[in-house]
Amino acid sequence: MALILTVDDSASMRQMVAFTLKGAGYDVVEAEDGQKALDASKTKQFDLVITDVNMPVMDGITFIKHLRAEAKYKFTPILMLTTESSADKKAEGKTAGATGWIVKPFNPDQLLAVVKKVIG
Amino acid sequence: MSTDVELKNDELPLDSDADLGDEYLTFSLADEEYGVDILRVQELRGWEAVTRIPNSPAFVKGVLNLRGAIVPIIDLRERFNLTVSDYTETTVVIVLSVNDGRDGNERTMGVVVDSISDVVHAKLSDIQATPQFGSALDTEYISGLADANGVMLMLLNVDAMLSMNGMG
Amino acid sequence: MAIDMEQFHQVFFEESFEGLDVMETGLLNLDNGEADDEEINTIFRAAHSIKGGSGTFGFQAIADFTHIMETLLDEVRDGIRELNHSAINVLLKSVDCLRMMMTAASDGSDVNDDEVKINFDALQTILGAENTSAPVAAKTVAVAADNAAKAWKISFSPHKNFMQFGNDPIRVIRELSTLGSLSGQVDTSKVPDFSDLNPEDMFLSWDLQLKGDASKAAIDDVFAWVEDESDISVSELKSAEASVSQPVAAPVTQAAQPIEKKTTTTAAAEKKEKAAVSSSIRVGIDKIDDLINMVGELVITQSMLSMLGEDFNMSRLEKLQEGLIQLDRHTRELQESVMQIRMVPISFTFSRFPRMVRDLSEKLGKNIELVMHGENTELDKTVIEKIGDPLVHLVRNSIDHGIEMPEARIAAGKPKVGTIQLNAFHRGGNIVIEITDDGKGIDKEVIYNKGVEKGLVEAGAKLADQQIYDLLFNPGFSTATEITDVSGRGVGMDVVKKNIMSLGGAIETHSVKGQGSIFSIRLPLTLAILDGQSVAVGGDNYIIPLVSIVESVQPKKEQLNMVAGKGETYKLRDEYLPILRVCDLFNIPDAKAKKLEDGLLVVVEADGKHFGVFVDDLLGQQQVVIKSLESNYKRIEGISGATILGDGSVALILDIPGLIRMSD
Repeated sequence: MALILTVDDSASMRQMVAFTLKGAGYDVVEAEDGQKALDASKTKQFDLVITDVNMPVMDGITFIKHLRAEAKYKFTPILMLTTESSADKKAEGKTAGATGWIVKPFNPDQLLAVVKKVIG
Repeated sequence: MSTDVELKNDELPLDSDADLGDEYLTFSLADEEYGVDILRVQELRGWEAVTRIPNSPAFVKGVLNLRGAIVPIIDLRERFNLTVSDYTETTVVIVLSVNDGRDGNERTMGVVVDSISDVVHAKLSDIQATPQFGSALDTEYISGLADANGVMLMLLNVDAMLSMNGMG
Repeated sequence: MAIDMEQFHQVFFEESFEGLDVMETGLLNLDNGEADDEEINTIFRAAHSIKGGSGTFGFQAIADFTHIMETLLDEVRDGIRELNHSAINVLLKSVDCLRMMMTAASDGSDVNDDEVKINFDALQTILGAENTSAPVAAKTVAVAADNAAKAWKISFSPHKNFMQFGNDPIRVIRELSTLGSLSGQVDTSKVPDFSDLNPEDMFLSWDLQLKGDASKAAIDDVFAWVEDESDISVSELKSAEASVSQPVAAPVTQAAQPIEKKTTTTAAAEKKEKAAVSSSIRVGIDKIDDLINMVGELVITQSMLSMLGEDFNMSRLEKLQEGLIQLDRHTRELQESVMQIRMVPISFTFSRFPRMVRDLSEKLGKNIELVMHGENTELDKTVIEKIGDPLVHLVRNSIDHGIEMPEARIAAGKPKVGTIQLNAFHRGGNIVIEITDDGKGIDKEVIYNKGVEKGLVEAGAKLADQQIYDLLFNPGFSTATEITDVSGRGVGMDVVKKNIMSLGGAIETHSVKGQGSIFSIRLPLTLAILDGQSVAVGGDNYIIPLVSIVESVQPKKEQLNMVAGKGETYKLRDEYLPILRVCDLFNIPDAKAKKLEDGLLVVVEADGKHFGVFVDDLLGQQQVVIKSLESNYKRIEGISGATILGDGSVALILDIPGLIRMSD
C-alpha cells in the first residue's frame, strides 16, 4: 500500500488528513514542519507527499524545493495545501517542484479524490 | 479467613430453583449476629495496626493504606456502644463500599467485627421491619431483621452508617 | 466516505486558542516596535491556520472573519502596508472577537453578532473599500452545467521536464477519460534513438477527442496542475457526432459537495466535551520519550531482579543489592519524569499581562512598561491554573494603586514611564513570582491608621512592617480613596492571599515609600508531592512540610516562659515564639515528652510569624506523595492530608496554619 507523508503545523488538519488517508487504506506518516518532513523523507520512501505551505521552521515551498532536489524524490508526486488567497503561492509551489495543489477548505472526499487521481 | 458459601439446607427451601433472596455476609459482634449485603463487601482482612486520626470519635480507630487509598477503620462494637473487647486472632476488618448518597461517590471504609460467621440467603419476605427499640439503641443503621438458622440477624444499613459516623 | 469531522474539533479549538494567543502577543510586540519580519510571519501564520482549519471543519463564520484579518496581515507581511497604533488596536479587538466566536463554537454559547459586525467593519475600513466583496466564497470547483453535449479537440504536449514535477501523462489522460468518451493518437515522432534516450525526459504528445457533456472548465481543471509544464489547447469539435457516449460523472462533481455542517450535536453535548478539554494536558514528545526510556530501563532492572530471585543464594547478595540500588534510582527518575509531565511554563499565565497592562494603562492615562523575566519557569499545571487570578489582581493593583500618573511621576523626579516587573524563578524547592513596581510605594502609616480605624489593630500596638502589610490582605481593607473599576475597593486582596495559601504558598510584601513595592509569592513546585520532615508524637508519625520549617531546636528551661493567658512561649534569640503542643492539640495520650525540655521544637513560619511546634522527636526527611483524607473519610482540622510511608503505613501531614488556628 502506498506510503504518504502529510506535513502541516496544524495538528487538527494533519490529523484529519492522516485519518482520512488511513481510512482509505494508505499508510501515513505525519510531520509538523518542513524540516521534520525532510528528516522523515530520508528514512523512508514516500509515494506521495502532501504539504501545507505556511509553516514555522521550514515553510512548504522551501521543503518542496529541498525534497525535489533529492534523487529519490525526483518523480514523486508532491501536493500542496493552499488557500485561494495565496493564488500566487500555487505558481511559487509549481516552480519549486510541486505536482499540484489541494485548495483549502476541503473535505475528506475531496482529498481522497485528488489522492486517487495522483497515486491511483 | 473462611467465607464458606454453603447454605444450611435444612433451614432453607430445598428447591434450588427457588429465589433464595439476596446474599448476606454474617458476622458476630458481642454475641449478636449481624448481616451485611455481600455485594458491598470488597474484602476481608485481619486486624492490623492503623494510624490514629486526631480528634476523632473513639470508634474511628484510624486509617489504613489499602492499595494506595487512605481508608478509615471503624470499630463496630464501639460504634454500637457494645462492650469493648481486645482484638483477637479472629478479629476481622470487613472492607465495605459505601454510598454517601449525595454526589453518588463511592467511598471505602473498614469495619472491625469479632469474627465472620457465614454467608446466608435472606429473602425480602424474611426481612422484618426493625422493631422500635427504646431510644437507647440506635436503629437507623439496621435495615431489618432476618431469621438465619433460627438466629436473629440484624441487617446492617451500610450507607446510613456513613452519615452516622459524621463522614457523609 | 463518511468521516466524522467532529473528532478533530477539540484539537482544532486547542490549537486555535493557542494561535490567538500567539497573534495577541505578536501584535503587542508589533505595537512596541519590537517585531521583526519573523514576528509578522508568525502572526500571519496563526491567522492562516485558523482560517484553513475553520473552513475545513465547518466554521464558516470564523473562516470568513479570519480571512479578512489574514488579507490585512498578508499585506503587512509583503511590506505593502504598515500597521499604526490604531490599526493594531483594531486587530487586537478582532483577536478578542475571534476568541469569542471560537469559544461559542466550542461550547455552544451565543455569538455576539453585533461585536462580529463591528470588528468586521473596522477591519474592512482599514483594508479599504475595494476589498468589501464577500470573503472566502469557498472556491468549490463547481462544474458549470454547459448546456449541450459536446465534443472537444484536445492537444496535449508535455514539456521535456514534465515528469520531474511528479507528473505522469497517463494520470492526466486517465482523468480526462472520466469526463467522457476519449479517443486519440499519440505522437512518438520526437522520441530519440534508444541510445540517446533519457528516460527521465518526456518526448510524447497526444491529440485527443473527448466526447460527452464535459465542460471546458472541467477539462481545464484536469490540466490545472500541468499547464506550465505542457502546451495544451482545447477547442470545440464542430463536427459534432454528439452521440452521447456514456458520460461518466466527473469526480470533480463529487468534490464540489459543500462541506457538511455537523451541527447536530446538542449544545449540552458540546459543553460536556469542553469540560473534558479543560482536564487534558498537552505534553511535549520529548517528555513522553524520556518516560518511555525510563520505563524501558525499569523493565530491564525488573527482569534482572526476577532472574536473580529465581535462583538466589548468598553469593549473589552483592548483585541483588546492586539491582535494588538501580531499581531505586530508576523509580525515582520515573517519578521525576512523571511529575515533569504536569509541569508547564509560567508563560501560560504571564502571556495575558502585556495585553492587560496595555489596555489598563491606556484607560487610566498612565504610561507603563511591563518587563517579564523567567517565563520558562515551570510549575505544576494545577498551580498554574490557580495562580492566574491572584496574579491578575496583584498586577491590576500595581497598575491602579502603585504606578502614579505621568505628571506625578515627573514631579517626583521619576521617569515618566512607570515599570512593572514580573519575575519567576526557583528558590530552594519553591517557585517565587515577584510583582515589582516603581510606583509610589505603600504608606505604612496610612495602612496602620486604617487598620486601627477598622478595628483590626489596637491603637498604639507595635507592629512589624510585614504585619502592617499583611493588613492589606484583610477582608474589606482598602486604602484607595476613590473607587476605580480596576481594582475596586480592596475586594480581592484577601482572596488573593487565600488562593495562594490554598496552594500551599505564601505572599510577602516589601515596599519603600516613594520608590515602589514588591509582592513576592512563594509557591510549591507541585501539589502532589512535598518534601517533608517526619516527626514522632507518641506512637504516631506526622509529616511537617519542609517549606514551613525554619529550624529545629532543643529547648532549654531558661528559654521557656509562661505568658499569662497566652500559654507557653519559647525565646528564640530576640523573639518569643508561641508553642504549639501537637500532643495537646491532637489529644495524643501517649506522647513521650511531657516536659518541653524532653522534646524538640520545630520552628515553623506561617503568615509571617514564627511558632514552635512541640514534638517528641525528629525522624528522617523524605519526599511524600500527598493523598486525600477526604476521599474516604473527612477533613480533619490541623491535617492537610496523608501519605504512605516506605513500610506501607500511613502518616498524616500537618497543616501548620490549621494548627495555629486550633491553638487560638
